[in-house]
Amino acid sequence: MTVARNKTILYALILAFTFISPFLFPDFGTQLATLWLMIIVALTWDMTGGQMGYNSLGNIFFYGTGMYVAALIAIGMVYDVGDYTNAAGGGIYEFTDLQYFGGLALGVLGAGLFCSITAVVIGYLTFGLRGPYFAIGTLGVAIAAGELVSNWDWAGGGQGIALPVYPGDLDTGKIFFYFLFAAVGVGTFLFAKWLYGTRFGAAINAIRDDEEKADAMGIHTLRYKLYTWAMAAFFVGMAGGISAFQLIHFEPLESAYQTINLGIFMVVCVLLGGKGTLWGPVIGAILFHVFKEVTWNYLLGWQWVALGALIVVTVVYFQDGVMGWLLHKRPEWFGIKVEKKVAEQAE
Amino acid sequence: MDQILGNIGLLFEFPVVNLKIILDGIMVGALFALAAYGLALVWGVMNVKNLAQGDFVIAGGYVSWYLVQNGFPALLGVPVAFVVMWGIGWVVYKLVISRVIERDLFTSLLATFGLAIMMAQILNLLFGSDTQSVDLDYDVLYFFDGFIDVPIAKLIGVLMASALAAGVIIFMKSSRMGQAIRATAQDARAARVMGIDTEKVYAFTFSLNSAICGAAGAIIVMVWVIQPFYGIAYSIRAFVIVTAAGLGNLPGVIAAGLGIGALEQYGAHIFGIGYQQAIAVLLLLLVLLIRLIQQRRNRQVLK
Repeated sequence: MTVARNKTILYALILAFTFISPFLFPDFGTQLATLWLMIIVALTWDMTGGQMGYNSLGNIFFYGTGMYVAALIAIGMVYDVGDYTNAAGGGIYEFTDLQYFGGLALGVLGAGLFCSITAVVIGYLTFGLRGPYFAIGTLGVAIAAGELVSNWDWAGGGQGIALPVYPGDLDTGKIFFYFLFAAVGVGTFLFAKWLYGTRFGAAINAIRDDEEKADAMGIHTLRYKLYTWAMAAFFVGMAGGISAFQLIHFEPLESAYQTINLGIFMVVCVLLGGKGTLWGPVIGAILFHVFKEVTWNYLLGWQWVALGALIVVTVVYFQDGVMGWLLHKRPEWFGIKVEKKVAEQAE
Repeated sequence: MDQILGNIGLLFEFPVVNLKIILDGIMVGALFALAAYGLALVWGVMNVKNLAQGDFVIAGGYVSWYLVQNGFPALLGVPVAFVVMWGIGWVVYKLVISRVIERDLFTSLLATFGLAIMMAQILNLLFGSDTQSVDLDYDVLYFFDGFIDVPIAKLIGVLMASALAAGVIIFMKSSRMGQAIRATAQDARAARVMGIDTEKVYAFTFSLNSAICGAAGAIIVMVWVIQPFYGIAYSIRAFVIVTAAGLGNLPGVIAAGLGIGALEQYGAHIFGIGYQQAIAVLLLLLVLLIRLIQQRRNRQVLK
């Protein structure tokens, strides 16, 4: 009883902090929004990576695709896309408030749906690949998509797309995007929390533990894999769509299909926090984001080296992550009862 | 679309263009095959997928370039890069790789990805992000009324690559260490029982891979250009080649390397140079899909 109440209080506190933080730290508005983005991509990566055992290196594909789909929907509702991208942000293209927010809402939702559909299509082709081949294959999809889009002149080519600026005060805009990201982030978390408690969650865990046996038990593994990836892609796509409007200008290789940046960060976040746990990705994303911002500020020039080193150290020495470490040190926190005598005998 | 059709038409109108593309492709492919052979070696022997493969190549290129900047002859760069990258490979093995051998494959993939980021950035900090190359003062040979130009520097590069490959093959076939490496690849436990120090074999294999990559990079810097962030391109191609050829299939690796070099040149000719990277990656996906279809299990249920 007290555990349940403690949990409710904890969740309420976190939610309250979510609401207050952009006002408490107005200088860090964009940083906090990015933190939510990291949490979203880490949580969704963990759906397939941690819970289902399919380590994708190509989830960034949905982020980039979400960006493009949202931008193209928002522009396409008002103007001809080809003309708009030709002008490269110049020209007389203006958006009224209604057009901006309408485009944003429809674009972000459309991005999520489109990414879900592409996840099913790509998943159908790639989910036969196992282990590292799946990772390489999905990485290939993301890189190829970036290269192809950067050759696609109608969608801006290598220059990318410049979206309209948030109508109104710049600081309000920051808070607006923070809350958009936070809403999607909270939604993703609650969805994941609910999902892992259902039969569906048990089924994908079975796929992770032994796919052949799961298959033999009558679980239609391909269907489960496709659904899971489609759900993950939905949230990543929405996050990408919001990012497109937040960044205002984005281009294909460095900001949309940023394979070696965000694409690898999300994996490191999950490993740092603890794979296959609900809170692991969240904790990992926070730790990673703080580490990244600190090195970016104080180790200028060497920040990437530090980041690469963090990846190597995390993967090689600390792969169970914070949650795995806690599970080992404090099993009683997770409701696992260790008989004292047995534990002592074991030692 | 018209342009693409025009480019294809050109191939039939002037068959000599085909010859030029294939020649170019083979020259590129020979160097891809070297990097891919190192990857296949490490993959087969210690089950580590090295995503930093291309960055070893680029690092070797910078070793050679640095020597030339300090007044040494360019051809000396190849053996020096071999030796220097051997040492770097050994350090990397001791620090990182030796700890991921026993782990699952995704671990080695991610760890070497982190390594790749680090190496690219360190090279960037040391040498700057400009493209660099070493200029060899050799003539260019012309055939077919100047349709086909073969720089002698490229020929030397291909010859050196072949010599290196031949040396490695002979070493693997006949030396004691080569035998030990092959024995470890077949069954590491049995090799240990037979008294082979597999830890030493692993360290040697990874250093050898790094050295081969370094030498390949030293050749590349003479023939094309290098840049700190070009590594990933070579890594991807090495993966395409090894996935297509399979492990432990040396003739396959060489054939796939040359074939992919040629295919890529054709793709770049037909679709434009902007698609070259995309074509390499799409080839990887194609190879994976073909493998998948080959291994497709026939699912059946009783009704």
